[in-house]
Amino acid sequence: MSDHPSTYVPKTGFEKWLDSRLPIVRLAYDSFVDYPTPKNLNYWWTFGGILSVCLAIQIITGIILAMHYTPHVDYAFNSVERIMRDVNYGWLIRYVHANGASMFFFAVYIHMLRGLYYGSYKAPREVLWILGCIIFFLMIATAFMGYVLPWGQMSFHGAVVITNLIGSIPLIGGPILTWLQGGFAVDQATLNRFFSLHYLLPFVIAGVVILHIWALHVAGQNNPAGVEIKSKEDTVAFTPYATVKDGVAIIVFLFLFSVFVFFMPNALGHADNYIPANPLVTPAHIVPEWYLLPFYAILRAIPDKFGGVIAMFGSIAVIFALPWLDTSKVKSMRYRPVMRWFFVIFVIVCLGLGWCGAQLPDAQVIPGLPSFTLFDGQLNSYLWLTRLFTIYYFVFFLLIMPWIGLKEEPLPVPASISEAVLAEHNKKKG
Amino acid sequence: MSEPDNTAAAVNDDPSRRDFIYIAAGATAVGAVGAIAVPLVAQMNPAADTLAMASTEFDLTKVQEGQQIVIKWRGKPVFIRSRTGAEIKAAQDTPLADLKDPQTDADRVKAGKEQWLILVGSCTHLGCVPTFGAGDYGGWFCPCHGSHYDTSGRIRKGPAPLNLVVPEYDFLTDTRVKIG
Repeated sequence: MSDHPSTYVPKTGFEKWLDSRLPIVRLAYDSFVDYPTPKNLNYWWTFGGILSVCLAIQIITGIILAMHYTPHVDYAFNSVERIMRDVNYGWLIRYVHANGASMFFFAVYIHMLRGLYYGSYKAPREVLWILGCIIFFLMIATAFMGYVLPWGQMSFHGAVVITNLIGSIPLIGGPILTWLQGGFAVDQATLNRFFSLHYLLPFVIAGVVILHIWALHVAGQNNPAGVEIKSKEDTVAFTPYATVKDGVAIIVFLFLFSVFVFFMPNALGHADNYIPANPLVTPAHIVPEWYLLPFYAILRAIPDKFGGVIAMFGSIAVIFALPWLDTSKVKSMRYRPVMRWFFVIFVIVCLGLGWCGAQLPDAQVIPGLPSFTLFDGQLNSYLWLTRLFTIYYFVFFLLIMPWIGLKEEPLPVPASISEAVLAEHNKKKG
Repeated sequence: MSEPDNTAAAVNDDPSRRDFIYIAAGATAVGAVGAIAVPLVAQMNPAADTLAMASTEFDLTKVQEGQQIVIKWRGKPVFIRSRTGAEIKAAQDTPLADLKDPQTDADRVKAGKEQWLILVGSCTHLGCVPTFGAGDYGGWFCPCHGSHYDTSGRIRKGPAPLNLVVPEYDFLTDTRVKIG
């Protein structure tokens, strides 16, 4: 916290010398050793640390892959295959990087849902939340451009579909699209600039992460009780308590990571991306990577091209506005008996959108069930199921959040973190 | 006064001179930022060699009736389809009222060459390559988001807003076209 006085005492002569010139050891000590942490943090709070590890893994493996990759339409696919077959441990580094992206998104979604459930976006943490949203958006851009680099069929046609989204903007869309692609189609210029930006953006993310942590340390951490730190009794030191807890979670997370890398490295990918890009043939079924499926589903739910693009970007933009959409004074949904049910439905809807995004829009949801045509599609189709989910997604943020916050009768909120911890302890003892 | 007053107070008392320097410096800075931004932004646009991509010629005798051949032009696929009599009739008989982007078949082919339909093979929705002969209207079907095109390449059903684009082309001889 900002009012947390520094307790760092330089011990050696060198530390004293450095401390009066660049107090970097003091900054690290105050931020990650003596930093007061709410003593009731549960394992959902370990995903921040996990995400730092994910970013580090992606940057390190990415820099190595760039040493062996060729960003050229004629060589990109083959250079990736060479990494897999000939470069020493290239297969390992590429599989870690490719699955690392999935692990990164898996962790970020849990991190965001944790913030949603425990009200971590509410005052005084609005800027902290928005910085997180910016990181998420940058992650999407980085992941998309990274997926284009192997120059397989999915890479190429995914790039065509997503860049064409920009082209749907009235009037200025066409020139912007040509500017973005550097030509009249996705081609060499597009691949080359995507490689450049894919290399750049992770460092931009790292920069925003520093701001995110800075904002976190100014406002102080939220916690499962959703009440602010009031006294020293409410906290423990970051080291060893939070560091070790984060460490345990990181080890468990790396186990999961390893299962994918070593036993099912292509489970989350798509077989079509092992076919070299061919601009003349589109794969029968284009799908993005799993972590972007919910947004892809929202895009397809809208019958109008530009409307679909607006809805897709709107589904991310609405997350930015969350601190001002929630009207409840209570942070943690532990004490919000009505809202927590809408939260559970929201999680199911997000998973449902992801499921729908992977299906053909015209396919039947329940095979064989008689149905009828509603407007432009069969009611018993993924098109209409997607629309149902899309409506809930927006209603959750734009209507349920403000309305339930005003109407709901919250449960009694504990006076302090200590009180919440003691109450739970006594309940467990019986 | 005969001598110029150079004290600090006197300089600060001359607001018009200060304002001029502020505005001039500010305007120069804005101009400089703009001048720097132009090349940085413009380099992203198609380079001269990309713009200079030549037109392409094609020998129509390679296409059998009822079939299409796909060639690459400006990095995009171009469909060259030799339509059957039934396909031409279906395209011509479609009432304009049924169309999302109304256009007669005659506007989409060269007069007297109704057999040949030449289109940019890029779905007007999000740019996928539609599949030949599939869909509800016998033209093309886009596998990405389910747009159906008829035998004149006009959008009939699905999310695409416009008909498949007819590129600029000319018949050099009866069996040879130049696209672009």
